[in-house]
Amino acid sequence: MTRVLDRPLERTAPPSPAEHTARRRALLEWIALHSLGVAVALFFALPFVFVVLTSLMSDSQALSRDLIPHPWEWDNYHRVLDTPGFLTWWKNTLLYAGLGTALTVISSIPVAYALAKFRFRGRNLALMLVISMMMLPPQVIVIPMYLFWAKQLDLSGTLWPLLIPMAFGDAFSVFLLRQFLTTIPDEYLDAARVDGCGDLRTLLKVVLPMARPGIAAVALFQFFYAWNDYFGPQIYASENPGAWTLSYGLESFKGAHHTDWNLTMAATVLVMAPVILVFFFAQKAFVEGVTLTGVKG
Amino acid sequence: MSTHTSRAKHRRSALRTLAFLSPWLIGFSVFFAYPLISTVYFSFMRYDGFRPPVWSGTKNWTYVFEHYPLFWPALRNTLWLVVVMVTLRVAFGLGVGLLITKIKTGTGVFRTLFYLPYLAPPVAATMAFAFLLNPGTGPVDSLLDRAGLPTPGWFNDPAWSKPALTLLALWGIGDLMVVFMAALLDVPKEQYEAAELDGAAPWQRFRYVTLPNISPIVMFAVVTGVIQTMQYYTQPLVAGKVASGVIQGAGTQFEPGYPDKSTLTLPQLVYNLGFQRFDYGSACVVALVLFALSMAFTALLMRRRGGLIQAGER
Repeated sequence: MTRVLDRPLERTAPPSPAEHTARRRALLEWIALHSLGVAVALFFALPFVFVVLTSLMSDSQALSRDLIPHPWEWDNYHRVLDTPGFLTWWKNTLLYAGLGTALTVISSIPVAYALAKFRFRGRNLALMLVISMMMLPPQVIVIPMYLFWAKQLDLSGTLWPLLIPMAFGDAFSVFLLRQFLTTIPDEYLDAARVDGCGDLRTLLKVVLPMARPGIAAVALFQFFYAWNDYFGPQIYASENPGAWTLSYGLESFKGAHHTDWNLTMAATVLVMAPVILVFFFAQKAFVEGVTLTGVKG
Repeated sequence: MSTHTSRAKHRRSALRTLAFLSPWLIGFSVFFAYPLISTVYFSFMRYDGFRPPVWSGTKNWTYVFEHYPLFWPALRNTLWLVVVMVTLRVAFGLGVGLLITKIKTGTGVFRTLFYLPYLAPPVAATMAFAFLLNPGTGPVDSLLDRAGLPTPGWFNDPAWSKPALTLLALWGIGDLMVVFMAALLDVPKEQYEAAELDGAAPWQRFRYVTLPNISPIVMFAVVTGVIQTMQYYTQPLVAGKVASGVIQGAGTQFEPGYPDKSTLTLPQLVYNLGFQRFDYGSACVVALVLFALSMAFTALLMRRRGGLIQAGER
C-alpha cells in the first residue's frame, strides 16, 4: 500500500481533479492486481496447506471432511519413519542423487567446454545430437537398455544401471553448461594460453572458477532429476525393495497403508521437503539455470 | 610455418578435441546409438526375453496399429493433452508471468509461492492431488459440496481424469512463469511509452507491443510443451494407480490407463507391452512411434534459428 499512497507530494497546491482521478485509478488498479495475486497465490499454496494439515490428523479424521486436525498427531511422522524400508529409500535416494550428480558434473564439464570453445569439424552436428539426446524420452531406448543391464550384466535390482550412464556425460547437463561456457569471453582463455597453460590447466584454473554458477545450476537440476525419477527405479529396482528410492517407494506407501491418507500425506511431505529446502538455499543458481536452458532474450 | 608442423599441430588439436569429448562419445554410442538401432531391430522380432528372438517381419507393427487395444486410446489422450493441457499451460504461464511483472508489493513472496509447486517431485505432487481430489471426502470436493456445486469424481471418472491431470499441470507452472517473466522484462520500455503516447489501451499495448516481442518464447513454450506431453508418464500412471487402489508390489499387475484407458499415454504402452506382457518386439514399435514424434517436434525447435534454441550460433 505504502508505495502508492505515501508517495511524497511534490506540490503543495491541492491536486487538480484530473490528477485526483488518475491517482484513484492507480489505487484501484493496485487493489485489483494484488487481489488477483492473492487469489492465484492461494491456488498454489492451498494444496501444500491441505497436505500438511492432513498429515497431522488421526486416521479416521483424515477420511472425514474436517480441514483442521484435532488433535494434532505429530506422531504420524514417527510412524512414517518407522515404516520398514522408508529409511533405506532415503539412503538409496541420497546415493542416486548425490553420486549421480557428482558423476554427471565431472563427465559433462570437459564435453561442454569442447563444444563451447574448441573449433572443430562436426561441432554443430555434435551439438544437434546432444539436443536430440536431451529430448529423447527414456522409454524409446528402454527395451535394449534393460536387456543390456539385466540380461547381460545381471544388474537389475540395483541402481547401477541408472548411475553408470551418468559417468558418460548427460545430454541436458552438457547443453546447459555449454550455454554457460559460451558466455565466457575468449580473451581469458587466450591470456591463459599466453601464460603457458595447457588446455586441461586452462579448464581447471581459469574456466571452472568462472563457471561456478553454471555448474551449480547443473548440479541442482541433476540432483532434482534423480530425486524425482520414477521411471528409472521402476524399471531397474522394482524387483528389489531394498534398492527403491523415495519417489518409487512413496507410491507403495498408499498401498501398504490402504486408506490412511494421514500417513501417506506425511510421507509425501517428507519427500517434498528436502527438495524445497535445497531450493531455498540455492534459489539464485536455480532460476539462472531455468533461464539459461534455451531462452534467449 | 612449414606444412609439417602445421599438420602435427592439427593432429594434436584433433586429439585434444577427442579427449575432451570422449565421455560423451562413449555415452552417445553405448546409451543412444546402439539402443536406438537395437530398438529398430527388435521391432521386427518376436522376443519375450526368454526364448531367443525370432524374425517376425511387420507382425509387431500390424499388431500395435490394428489389434493392440491401448494404442489408439493413448494417442487420442495425447492429442487431448496437447490441445487442452499445453494450451492452458502456456496461457496460464503467460498470465502468471504478466501478473508477477505487474505486482509491485511483496514481489519476492509472490514469485516464490508461484514457483514452489513446480519443484514438488512428480510422484509426491500426484499423490497430493489424488488426495485433494479424492471423490467425496477430499478437500476440493468438500469445498465444492459446501458451496452447493457438483462434486466430480476426478481421477476416478474417465471424463474428469484428464482435467484433473491438467489442474496438476497448471499447479506446476513455475518453469513457464520464469521463462515468460524473463521475456516480458526484456521487452523494450520505449515501445510501451510510444504506444501509450499514441493512446493505446492496455489490451492494445499487450496485443501490439508485448505479444510480437515475446512470440518466439510463446512458440518455444508450445513446442517444449508438446514434447513434454509426448513423454508424459509419471503423473498419469501414479494417478491411475493410486485412484484404482491397486497395491504395488511383487505379483501385482496394474493395467495402465485407469479409469477406462482415460489416462493412457504412449510411454506407458512401452512399459505395458515390454514389462507386463513381455512382448519386447511390440514395445519397440511403440518406442519408435514415440521417437518419431519427439524428434519431429525437436527438429521444429532447432530449425527456428536464434529464436527458440541458441544452437550452433556462435
